[in-house]
Formats: sequence, C-alpha cells, structure tokens
Amino acid sequence: MRLILDIAWTHISSRVRQTLVGLLGVAMGVGFSIMMAALMEGSQRDFVSELVDSLPHIKVSDERRSAPPQPAEVAYRALEVVGLSTPVIRPGIKNPYAIVSMLEAWIDGTVAPSVETRAIIRYAGRDTAASVIGIDPVREPKVSKLATQIREGTLADLHKASNAIILGDKLAAKIGARTGNSITLVAATGDLMTATVVALFHSGVAQADETQAYVLMKTAQILAGQIGLVNSIRVRADDIMGARDLATRIEAATGYKSVSWQEANEDLLSAFEIRNFIMFTVVGAILLVASFGTYNIISTITHEKTRDIAILKSLGFQERQVRRIFLLESLIIGVAGTLVGWALGYALCLALGSIEFKSPFMDVNRLPIYYTPKHYLLSASVALSASGIAGFLPARKAAQVQPVEIIRGAS
Amino acid sequence: MTGPASPQPLLEIRHATRIIDGEVPTTLVREVDLAILPGEFVSVTGPSGSGKSSLLYLLGLLDLPTVGEVLVAGEPTSGLDEDARAKIRLTHLGFVFQFHFLLPEFTALANVMLPMRALGKLDEDEQRARAMAILDQLGIAAHALKRPGQLSGGQRQRVAIARALANDPMVVLADEPTGNLDTASSEQVLQILRRLTDEQGRAIVFVTHDLSLAARADRQVRIVDGRIADGGPSRVDG
Repeated sequence: MRLILDIAWTHISSRVRQTLVGLLGVAMGVGFSIMMAALMEGSQRDFVSELVDSLPHIKVSDERRSAPPQPAEVAYRALEVVGLSTPVIRPGIKNPYAIVSMLEAWIDGTVAPSVETRAIIRYAGRDTAASVIGIDPVREPKVSKLATQIREGTLADLHKASNAIILGDKLAAKIGARTGNSITLVAATGDLMTATVVALFHSGVAQADETQAYVLMKTAQILAGQIGLVNSIRVRADDIMGARDLATRIEAATGYKSVSWQEANEDLLSAFEIRNFIMFTVVGAILLVASFGTYNIISTITHEKTRDIAILKSLGFQERQVRRIFLLESLIIGVAGTLVGWALGYALCLALGSIEFKSPFMDVNRLPIYYTPKHYLLSASVALSASGIAGFLPARKAAQVQPVEIIRGAS
Repeated sequence: MTGPASPQPLLEIRHATRIIDGEVPTTLVREVDLAILPGEFVSVTGPSGSGKSSLLYLLGLLDLPTVGEVLVAGEPTSGLDEDARAKIRLTHLGFVFQFHFLLPEFTALANVMLPMRALGKLDEDEQRARAMAILDQLGIAAHALKRPGQLSGGQRQRVAIARALANDPMVVLADEPTGNLDTASSEQVLQILRRLTDEQGRAIVFVTHDLSLAARADRQVRIVDGRIADGGPSRVDG
C-alpha cells in the first residue's frame, strides 16, 4: 500500500497547479455547502425558536374536533340531528381548574388557564381590533415569555390598577397610547370598559405585537360577558419536540381540542421540509460540480501517465494495484479538499455570523448560523463519495491499459 | 540440437501465431517454435516489421499468442489470467526496452526499487541495499539519487537494466536495448548484458537490428516475415 501511496502522491504532487485547482474545487464545494447549510438551518431554527417562544407549545381550547353527540342521538341510535345552530357565545372549558390540576399531575411541563376574547381598543379617536387575553400573572411566566418581553412596566403591574392592560408595542404605537394612558375597550356585546395601560410588550412577532393585549382573567371574563369563563388552557412542555404526542394525550384525557405548536404551524413546517430538500439539492449540485473538477484532473493524469501505467504493468503490477493508484489520487484530492473546505466553511460561517442584519418583520441582529458537526460530516461524505466516483472511471480505464499496445506504439 | 539430458528450458514458445484483429488482420508471428535455456545469450534479428519485438512480447507474457502456447519453466501460461501473468513477469522476468521507460518523477534508486516493492519480499532496507548493489555492479551507484532527466541515455539504460534485475529474474528480455544509444554506450550495455550471462548465469534474449552486436550472442535467432529462419528451437515438444 505504501508503494501505491508513493506513486499516487508523486503523480499529484508533481502537478501542483492541477492538483490545487481540483483541491480548491472540492474545498469550495464543501465550504460553501457548509455555509449554506449552516445559514439555512440557522435561520430555520431561529424562526422556529421565535415561533415556539411566542406561542404556547400546546393550546387546549373549548372546541372539539367533531360536534358532540346530541342527547337525542345518544338515546335513539336511528336519529340524526342536522343543522344545529352554532352557539353565539363560546361555551368555555367545563371545570377548567380541575382539568388544570389533572394536567399538572401528569404532564412534564407547566399549565396556565386563560381567557381569550376580542375587543375594539379605542384611544384618542382611533379604533383598532385586538385579541384580548386574560391571564394569571403568577402562572403566565411559566407558559410564555411574556414577562421577559415586557419593555415598559412589569407583568405584575396588572394588579396595580383596576382593568389594567398590557399592549403590544406596535398596537400602542398604532393608537398612540403610552403607559399610564386610559383607553376604552369595546366588547363584542357593545359594552364599554375603561382600562389603564400599565405596560408594553415586544415579542418580535409583528402580528402579536400589533394585535394582542393582556389583561387579568377576571377583566377578560367581564369583557366577554361570561363570569368564570376559561376558554383556553396553555401548556409549556419540557420536551418541545414531543408537544405533538403530548397534545394527543391531553386531547384524549380532556376531550377538548388540543393543538400543538407543530400542528398549528403544519404548513410552515412542511414548507421547511421543502426548503431543506431544495437546500440539500443545491448542496449536492455544488459538490457534484466540484467532483467534475476531480474527474477532469484524474482523467488528465491518467491520460498523461498512460506510458507509466504500461511500464508498471509490464513490470508486473496488477490491474487492481494500478486502479488503486488513481483512486487514491482522487481520494487524496478529496480528503485534502474536504479539510480545506471545512476550514473555509467555518470561516465563512464566522464571517456571515458577524454581519449585522435588520429585518422590518423580526428583530434579528445577526444572521443566525447553526454550527453542527452534521453539516461537516455530510459535506465530507458527499465530497469523498463524489471524489471516489470521479476517480473510479479514469482508474478503471487506467487499469485496463494493455502495456504491449503502449510499448509497441512507443518503439 | 539437444539431447535427452539437456536442461529444462526457461521459456518456450510452441507453434505460436499472433494475429492482430482489424479491418485487415495482421499476422505478427506465425507458427513460431523457440526455447530459451538457462544461461543462454540469445540475439533476435530481422528486418523491420519482421516480428522481432512481437516474439519478445510473447516470450515475456506481455502479449498472448492467437494460436499456440508459451511455457515458463515448463508450465503453460495460456490458461492464466492477466494478474497471474503479471505475477510471473514480476518474479521471473526482467524487461529492458529501447526507450528506458523509467518513471520520470522517481530517482534512479526508486525506479530500481519499484519491482522489489511491488513484490514485497524484502523489507525497505534490504530493498535499498540490493538496489544500490545492482546500481554499483552497473557502475552508476553515484547517480542513484538522480532522476532520469538528469542522466545520459547510456546511464538511463543501465538504470533500466538494474530495474530489470531487481527481483533476480531467470530471464532478461531486452527490446533494442542499444537502439537509442551511441556506439560507446551500446558497447557498455552489451557488455553488461553479456556479464549477466557469464557471471550470473541468467538467460538474456535481446532484439537488435545491429548485426555486429547480434553476432556476439551465443545463439542468433533470425526472423523473417514472422517466421524463424535461423537459430530456432533448442527444444520444443508437443
């Protein structure tokens, strides 16, 4: 093997420029594919993280997947009830605190009840529709990051005024309200309520910052016109990725519709899968193009070295030994290119990660780069496989050289 | 020619014909019988295109006869695959070509060590020592670390001979070994080949178009139109 390695090394080291071109081809393929994968997975993870942080992992609502059977249907199997009118008001979750206690007993995570209603927020002659969420300020930090997203005031300030309200910063800017201002809430029933802005929050998700407001649960219940109403139970799971399974179990246990963050964002997540497929296709294409460079070099060396191959075979070298020489040359270029490509990819990631970037939709100060050995191993395996294949065809051709034909031609 | 007590031929060609396929098939050698005995110094001569080199390639298992058989130490080779024939070339035969055919990136020493490394019988120090000893015998040990491009034509050819001797072959086959050399270098190379027979008992078969060099061989084989005209078999059975 040492002899094969010596010959292979001599071939590629005596053609410095060609070897460098091939090596750089592989290195750039590997480097750029690592950079691209790190950037795409980084942005995806960053987006998912923002998404998961801004929403409950699981939301149990007072809805059901299918209409509950009517008592008459239960009593008489031949009966079918159709055309039932939709209830005007939300029914709420029955025995919500019993359900909360029950969930707290067995799930790995935290639970908080809430009341969701809609209202018109009016201030200084400006009206805007908003989703008003009634929360328990003690439990809320356990299920959402609202407490850390407060920019002015604190979550506990909800207790400091009667009908206190926390507005999204963009919502507040839209109506021109500031902390300390009194605003009017117009309920769906037309009832009016005066509330005091005690804090502003900024989640980084534009839609939430522009349309959401938080109040105490009892304030939301009054606004909804249903005292004691709890129409949503929010769950923060310890295992984020296990939220889907947990939601299924909660739904089975409570009978209420439980939606995990994955289910709520199914379209987005499937779009990510397509994006990943596109990413890996592009990465594969980059490496494939790089492998053509390797093929070209090994082919050229094979062509130039036909006479040497004939000599080696006339001396008694076997076909597999000749084949190994050229395969090894290809792999040396592949390995060296991969190592350089790793360094290049890492440097590119560092460089990209240092660029400050501002989006009008989300707060991203720097491009999100995801560092993982997986990208390095993946690009290396594709690059080495491509180099192997690129070297195989010329190597096979070299091994099939008939020495007598070359020697006869040279005589 | 030889009696029943004559030694076993090292190489034998029996009734061999070599035809190259093509639009017009070309016959390189036809119905050739030849045997090479241990310690023989044999020249092969003939007009250009008469089949001298083709005969040598058949003897050296670099080519296969279309019809007939080549035997090495009495063993037929027609049933062997390319790897097996390569192994015989590596262990039993040495080749010297008109163009030295040294690997240009390797030093003279490394070129001589190549067949030993491929065979792998000796360790690296032993290979180096043996290669240096051979180069020394041929008077070019001082150039051991030079590359072929730094050597004269005669020196390159001596390195090529040293490489042919690397694995201690029983037969050295030389195709126009002096064809590319001046008179003085040709003389040196011929003397070296002669010494290999006289001092080491190796069989040498060399192709040449120089009749004065050919005349110094123990046996002169003359080939015309692919057929052996003179100096034919020492023993061919079957």
